[in-house]
Amino acid sequence: MVVSGRSGNGGLTMASSAWKVTVTVIVFAVMAVGAVILVINLLGSPPTVNFTADNSGQVNVTLQAVGSYGSGDHPTWVSYLVKSSDGQWVHTTVFQVPQHVRINVTIYNYDSGSPLRNQQIGQVSGTNGNVALLNGKAFRVINSNNGNGVGHTFSIPSIGLNVPLYGNNGNANLCAAAPCTFSSPHQIEKFSFTSPGSGSYRWQCFVPCGLGYLFGNGGPMSTLGYMGGFMQVEA
Amino acid sequence: MSDPQTSGPAATPAGPETTTHGDETHHWWRLIAIWVVLCAIGDPLFYFLAGPHIPPGTMTNTAQGAQFDFNVLFVIALPVLLGVWIYMIYVFVMWRASRGGPEPVGGPDARGHLGIQVGWIVTTSVIVLFLAGFGTYELVQPGGAGGGEGSNPIWTPTSKTVLPIQVIGQQWKFTYRYPTFGGFETNELVIPDNTTIQFNVTSLDVIHSFWAYQLGVKADANPDYNNVAYTTPQQLGTFIVRCSELCGIWHGAMYNSGAVVTPQQFEAWAKLTAIRLRQNTKLLPAYALTYTPDANGADGGYYPDNVDKYSGVEQYGASQPKGGG
Repeated sequence: MVVSGRSGNGGLTMASSAWKVTVTVIVFAVMAVGAVILVINLLGSPPTVNFTADNSGQVNVTLQAVGSYGSGDHPTWVSYLVKSSDGQWVHTTVFQVPQHVRINVTIYNYDSGSPLRNQQIGQVSGTNGNVALLNGKAFRVINSNNGNGVGHTFSIPSIGLNVPLYGNNGNANLCAAAPCTFSSPHQIEKFSFTSPGSGSYRWQCFVPCGLGYLFGNGGPMSTLGYMGGFMQVEA
Repeated sequence: MSDPQTSGPAATPAGPETTTHGDETHHWWRLIAIWVVLCAIGDPLFYFLAGPHIPPGTMTNTAQGAQFDFNVLFVIALPVLLGVWIYMIYVFVMWRASRGGPEPVGGPDARGHLGIQVGWIVTTSVIVLFLAGFGTYELVQPGGAGGGEGSNPIWTPTSKTVLPIQVIGQQWKFTYRYPTFGGFETNELVIPDNTTIQFNVTSLDVIHSFWAYQLGVKADANPDYNNVAYTTPQQLGTFIVRCSELCGIWHGAMYNSGAVVTPQQFEAWAKLTAIRLRQNTKLLPAYALTYTPDANGADGGYYPDNVDKYSGVEQYGASQPKGGG
């Protein structure tokens, strides 16, 4: 058609121009849609909470696990939250720490517990001394068949870290909207580990707590910002 | 194989009677000579220089078998590849159309050459049939060639001493259970050198696939099913385990490393780990080849509930084993 247009045929020249305009418009439309999708994705990604070492060279990370976030797109979903350095609870599962430093983690669990599908994740591993503190008392294993069972875990598989979170009594008046406070039933767990070299380390809860999803591993278990995220380790 | 410029219809309208058989022979033997020389150089070069480095390596007998298979296939494929390339280049150089010359089409040979056709069919048939036989044999030797053989393996290793290790897939990690060391379950996969390993692969949720690449082992992990694979380590070192079945959002992160250590180191590790995990091992169900999650699992109500509850063998984690803490 281009060759014909150059030959002086007015009709074909106009057709050629229309064809070029159409192609150009389509290309720009595709690029615009792509840009919009990119922006939406970037805006939709959970924010990163940055932690720095204190004067003693240690990093203190505080999280909370709630049975239902209580608002937003998925108010019924179970979720983790991260406490930023200014004391605000941030709905995210992405945080950043320096490499090769002692990380002191405190987790407030406001959710109930139950027996585990695999009791193996009831074992504490990868922490300093392979031990954690539950309300101030050291433990290495939680028997999920006793008491309130296990609510969640905080696990970073690539460094062998796994800490089960003891659950609250399911019959109690549990917090149903994050961020939860100490006025609601809760368990406090503390543990420490040494951050690995720089990189991005996936962490997740290994208790299949995605209520209503196949094998409990869909929904919040498969969505960044709820029950899994990344520990970004910076050099 | 005849020169189109001398045997084609434009040059030789009379057809095959005027074909220069001397040239045919000349080209044929020249092609064969080039092919033989290049194959004689290329095949040994690959087999002895590159072959030992071809993945998955030689860490186990099954990995070595896979490497050997790849090398044999390459050694067979290279002459075929060279034959095609040499002929193509030879044609481009020797029989390309010259400017102003006749069209290089037609001629009796272009319509068929019985000898070449028979030779081609016989040669390719022999190669394919050999590969079918060779591949079938290698697929099951040694001891199943590292592949999952189902719950009743037909091809078993000859070794009398077999270390069973259970591989349990779950979204999204593998754990490993050592039934002959008290049944502890751990995130670490450690295996002894020169010992035949029997992997019993299963899953607690969706379908995974246990792929220990450097070990030359790959077996699907299906819920309620025991998939057996064998291998025998023959080198010390570390290896990577990956899930090779798309199993959800974190499938790409479902990997961990393992190690082949000396039997003495393995014994020490296993005994130490059994002691370290003894408290939790008491809480695990009795060792079974498969486990069925039940409705009594975490948060309840969304697991398959058509299973035998608290059978003591079929349950995983939801029931308290006898004598458990």
